[in-house]
Amino acid sequence: MDDLYREIIIERYKDPQFKKELDPHDISFEDENPLCGDQLRVDLRVDETGMITDAGFSGHGCAISQASADLLMESIIGKNIEEVKKMTKQDILDLLGIELGPVRLKCALLSLKVVKAGVYGLGEASDALVED
Amino acid sequence: MKVKSYRADFPILMRDVKPGLPLVYLDSAATSQKPEVVITAMDNYYRSMNANIHRGVHTLAEEATAAYESARAKISRFIDAGSTREVIFTRNTTESINLVAYSWGRKFLKDGDVVILTEMEHHANLVPWQILASEKNIKLEFIPVSDDGLLDLAAYKDLLKLEPKLVSFTHMSNVLGTINPAKEIIDLAHLAGALTLVDAAQSVPHFPVSVKDLDADFLAFSAHKMCGPTAIGVLYGKENLLTAMPPFMGGGDMIRKVALRSFSPNELPYKFEAGTPAIAEVIGFGAAVDYLSGIGMENVQAVEEELITYAMEQVRQFPQISLLGPDAGSKGGVLSMVMDIAHPHDVAQILDQHGIAVRAGHHCAMPLHTRFQVPASTRASFYLYNTPEEVDKLMAGLAHVIKLFS
Repeated sequence: MDDLYREIIIERYKDPQFKKELDPHDISFEDENPLCGDQLRVDLRVDETGMITDAGFSGHGCAISQASADLLMESIIGKNIEEVKKMTKQDILDLLGIELGPVRLKCALLSLKVVKAGVYGLGEASDALVED
Repeated sequence: MKVKSYRADFPILMRDVKPGLPLVYLDSAATSQKPEVVITAMDNYYRSMNANIHRGVHTLAEEATAAYESARAKISRFIDAGSTREVIFTRNTTESINLVAYSWGRKFLKDGDVVILTEMEHHANLVPWQILASEKNIKLEFIPVSDDGLLDLAAYKDLLKLEPKLVSFTHMSNVLGTINPAKEIIDLAHLAGALTLVDAAQSVPHFPVSVKDLDADFLAFSAHKMCGPTAIGVLYGKENLLTAMPPFMGGGDMIRKVALRSFSPNELPYKFEAGTPAIAEVIGFGAAVDYLSGIGMENVQAVEEELITYAMEQVRQFPQISLLGPDAGSKGGVLSMVMDIAHPHDVAQILDQHGIAVRAGHHCAMPLHTRFQVPASTRASFYLYNTPEEVDKLMAGLAHVIKLFS
């Protein structure tokens, strides 16, 4: 019955690898999930070719949102920001390895939404960024 | 405890969340479940008397009008109102408060006037006043909440020196469960020359409330939290106040006479009920009030007191859980929990896997959560159909959460 709370999600929640603020950084973006008050900031360092050389997140949220942020940071380091712009909801679900209902999907997708708003240089994040 | 017999009145409580996993519904502060009699009353209306009310002369219209107005009379008696003219049907508590802010507030509040609210308000009793404040330069002041979740009445008395025009406050906090001393708050407001609005969304469903005893000027509540349907609520207002207020929305039913360039409004309560109302829902609301009156609100309160007292004793076995709000005795059936090791969303999700429905988040009271420096909480709330066995199941679920996250 704990499918949602697979070991990797609990582990990443309790002991995240990329929970850090980067100073200096090239890109930083912050957003909130108004439904639950989760708040997430992502900092990225990007080299002159557009490759992400380091990534970190900070803020607070549930196990799903924190684990998905941690796994996302890991996966985008070494990627070009153009590749990151193409990432979708499915990429996050693949990282987490779970199925999610509509409410928890918002938790899982918050980090991708923040990252994409950051790399696109938007003033405001929108759900459209993470819809397939 | 007579709970078993109440449970059988609610068809939904017979269902399993998943096969073999019975529903443990602990989210009644968000919305209550509906007894068979309410569902049947609405079904009967659509099957046997559906018609628009007030204007028709045919048999169906007469029957529908009689059913609609008899529900108003029942609700009027239920809250001890002076007359049915003082009972306005709205969509819910939120719309009732907005009605006062738009109609009374726009006519009677002027630049620099003070409105007193509290730090424990639901967004429904904050945002309408903030909207008004942004238009009219109204000053909002807030009665502070103490660490144990009570209103600071000494600070309130100081705020009254500002000569407020209105004191608008929640009778019972939907997060802390605190039952505020409404009578005392109202008496002090009146002595200071202020009117009062009581957000009774969490009180009218759970214990006896008399607008006459309270001497409340306005009082708002929703049917869906008291065994009735969604999208129907009440604004109670003293007749002289409602009479002096301009209409809120214009349209059919709220008028006496209309010309191309002018209208005169209908009498109370119709002046505030523009358009075809939620007829079936009003009839369902009437059935809900009949149901609760048959049980007796003091009996409803007794069941909830027993449950919250037991739940607060039991939850103490978990040092990982801290509670928001006062001790049992000065609060209603609301248990809001904060756990350092697990986020409320995760707690609620794992409890759902046990068949237990609770709420996670800020419960439409963000400023209150800010006050207690927590982003969110997990809330279990009780009603007349809950049992001590369900409290035990909640504790077992919480033990599972703690095991998973420790």
